[in-house]
Amino acid sequence: MSTDETTQASAAQQSEASPGIIFEGVVKRFGDHTVLNELNFHVGKGERVTLIGPSGSGKTTILRLLMTLEHLTGGYIYVDGEPLTHKKENGKRVELRAKQVAQTRKRIGMVFQQFNLFPNMSVMENIIEAPIHVLGKSKEEARGRAQQLLDQVGLGDRGDAHPTQLSGGQQQRVAIARALAMDPEIILLDEVTSALDPELVGDVLNVLRDLAATTDITMLIVTHEMQFAQDVSDRVLMFDGGKIIEDAKPDVMFSNPSNERTKEFLRAVL
Amino acid sequence: MLAAIFDWNLAVEAFPQLLVAFLKVTLLVTVVASLLSIILGLVWAIGLRQLPAWLGWPLRLFLDFVRMTPIPVQLLFVFYGVVVFRPRVDALIIGVIVFGVHYSTYMAESYRAGIESIRSGQWEAATALSLPATRTWRAVILPQAIRNTLPSLGNWTIAMFKDTPYLIFIHVAEMVTRAREFGGMKFSYIESFTIAGLIFLAASYPTAVLMRKLEKKLEY
Repeated sequence: MSTDETTQASAAQQSEASPGIIFEGVVKRFGDHTVLNELNFHVGKGERVTLIGPSGSGKTTILRLLMTLEHLTGGYIYVDGEPLTHKKENGKRVELRAKQVAQTRKRIGMVFQQFNLFPNMSVMENIIEAPIHVLGKSKEEARGRAQQLLDQVGLGDRGDAHPTQLSGGQQQRVAIARALAMDPEIILLDEVTSALDPELVGDVLNVLRDLAATTDITMLIVTHEMQFAQDVSDRVLMFDGGKIIEDAKPDVMFSNPSNERTKEFLRAVL
Repeated sequence: MLAAIFDWNLAVEAFPQLLVAFLKVTLLVTVVASLLSIILGLVWAIGLRQLPAWLGWPLRLFLDFVRMTPIPVQLLFVFYGVVVFRPRVDALIIGVIVFGVHYSTYMAESYRAGIESIRSGQWEAATALSLPATRTWRAVILPQAIRNTLPSLGNWTIAMFKDTPYLIFIHVAEMVTRAREFGGMKFSYIESFTIAGLIFLAASYPTAVLMRKLEKKLEY
């Protein structure tokens, strides 16, 4: 146990804020293909971190590991100091039970590229489903909060609509409201504007800018919207081949990167 | 001309007997066995997906075995197997159970296809919201999967309807058997079989309409 604490403490010292998320020696393989190899990084509580890099560099895998959508091949992930899926016990790596995993996972919300709203439910039902059945809120309480969130994302009058009746941008804003309804400490944004028509991107990004400005929620962002990344991020991590090759504040990363690969990548996307 | 080959009097005579046989056997077995197979099929389909491998493969084996052996053989096996222990068993109950289990294995395949048609994003969204497995199935997956499965379940029910004459293997005379007996007695089969066919049609048609209504209701 003492080794756990010292590792976490040392990781915490590296971070300016207290550690919200720690990746420690994280390995992810799909069959023979290694996506992440011995990855270490941390995200402070309330920090907004954007992951950039060429496709296949492992950015999305990081979010999916945090959301427990992928099985962790090796290493450890800590959320608020709690092990997420695996813990160290007497020097051994032990997988946690599903119940324990669920307990920590509740602190994390995710918004997907393809929205993934439940098509058989109305907008309101989509948002109140988990607060009622996971957090144990009453229907009235959940509805009240959902209405607040719908107002916040500019869809206050669409609660009774079904997802298929909404535009992509509207669906994505509902998905953001659905994730926020769980009051997560951490929100993962996985290319949330990539599936949208260009004219719908602005509304979604504005909702997220607003969220960044008005809350202290920790954000982990994978995006190709570099202006948005620059506006909301505290830190930008450049990934290549499953490794962090540059870690810098957004103004430095986008105007004066030090790594050659980063320069090349940014020239291609900006 | 028609009168020469089709005797209306015989048809009128056959009708009440056949209708009684239909209601007391064919319809009863089909309705109860359908309900049984609709529920069991769903249980199998969820089991195949949720159970650990060591429980999953014996289930798979059992389902394949039932699906790949003919109904008459199953009727005979189960009937004579049970009769050894309970000589006074009601053959109709055996019929319902065999038909229910047999068709549940087909329905399980239909459910499975419906479940597999749900995009992985739906499962992932449920995980991201930490929905428990039971809630994920009940609120997210099944409402979408069953909507895709319904037409196929309706077809299996109609197929079961038409398999009920096999009940004669365990000495249960349903409508088609009665029609044959009636025809044998009167030396003319066409009347009783025509009536039997019309009764089938009259019962199947509302079933099909009902299924279509149900599909509409599940639309979103």
